[in-house]
Amino acid sequence: MDLFNTWLNAAFVENMVLAYFFGMCSYLAVSKTLKTAVGLGLAVIFVLTVTAPINWLIENYILGETGIFGMDLTFLRFLVFIAVIASMVQLVEMITERFFPALYNSLGIFLPLITVNCAILGGSLLMLTKEYNFAHSTVYGFGAGFGFFLAIVALAAIREKLRYSNVPAPLRGLGIAFIITGLMGIAFLSLSGIKL
Amino acid sequence: MAEVLEQEVKVKAPAEPLFSKKNRRLITDPLNDNNPITVQVLGICSALAVTVSMKNAFIMTLAVIFVITLSNLIVSLIRNAIPSRIRLIVQLVVIATLVTIVSEVLKAYAFTSYKELSVYIGLIITNCIVMGRLEAFAMGNKPWASILDGIGNGLGYGAILIIVAFFREFFGKGSLFGKQILGDWYEPNGLLVLPVSALFVVGALIWIHRAWRKNLVDIS
Repeated sequence: MDLFNTWLNAAFVENMVLAYFFGMCSYLAVSKTLKTAVGLGLAVIFVLTVTAPINWLIENYILGETGIFGMDLTFLRFLVFIAVIASMVQLVEMITERFFPALYNSLGIFLPLITVNCAILGGSLLMLTKEYNFAHSTVYGFGAGFGFFLAIVALAAIREKLRYSNVPAPLRGLGIAFIITGLMGIAFLSLSGIKL
Repeated sequence: MAEVLEQEVKVKAPAEPLFSKKNRRLITDPLNDNNPITVQVLGICSALAVTVSMKNAFIMTLAVIFVITLSNLIVSLIRNAIPSRIRLIVQLVVIATLVTIVSEVLKAYAFTSYKELSVYIGLIITNCIVMGRLEAFAMGNKPWASILDGIGNGLGYGAILIIVAFFREFFGKGSLFGKQILGDWYEPNGLLVLPVSALFVVGALIWIHRAWRKNLVDIS
């Protein structure tokens, strides 16, 4: 039950995109059509679920003061985390290419681009500030990824419908996407303050 | 006679001056027609989150200018030695090293801001502006042009950050840089302190910018 609460908290109350603005770049750039948005969302769920627990292990058993080196190496955190993320993305890419070629083809360019998606690194860094244990950090990674998936699919669906509406010319495309995200953020605000 | 000689000298000079017209454009373009945030849509994550106060926006601007300029310079210097297959990893290592320096310096000299900016300092690593400029500019240009490009894009990013922070702090709290400007009569607009308001302010900025520069309008 506790784990489920962590998941709900990560996916809804502290939604990656709408509460922390992580992964905004790809969120805005890839949300033009629903299909690509679903692909990117799934890839983010996958990579976050894998990298969050790995980075937790590294932080606690290698970099931390209680780790195998016995000294505080946390200043190396950024370098190590980004290396882990880059190599995990590479690994995920190779595995999907080998075993799930259909999924690999539909994700295409988005897989390698996930390395530089702020949501992944942000998820790992935020997880540390919450001081979760191993199981919770895994669930947190999954929940955060799910939150990103939810937000990007919702925005893509709205933008597809938006093509039929009469938006003022200078606001078309990017401008209206910002305003819609703001409105979605206000909707998600109503969930804040819920203590699970 | 002297004039002719002078012209000849100018023609013969092989190196272009440090601040030639082309180089000046590298700095001025990102401030307006090629702004990283309102036109290229890069680096939004941090731009939205740190703009609740002018002070944090200012620190973030300095940090990003530092990282983007130095990483542009370093990558431009070693650009011919980087194998193209692993160039993303090399770029990430360069950026991550610089961000670690920024983070440690802030932790030592501006601890309260370091606490407030928290994870967003680390997220400069994945700030798409830095990666984007390395990939699009520094990998194919000489060091000096890359430095100017870095400064220009950092300034363009910072300009938007500071404008947004000005509106949010001035109307949200009635203060600037933490100093109370508006008196007791002003009822602060609580919405502008919330993170979502940054989206509205940036959306409005994009609207104004594109209404002014008609060529930027998205026709799709």
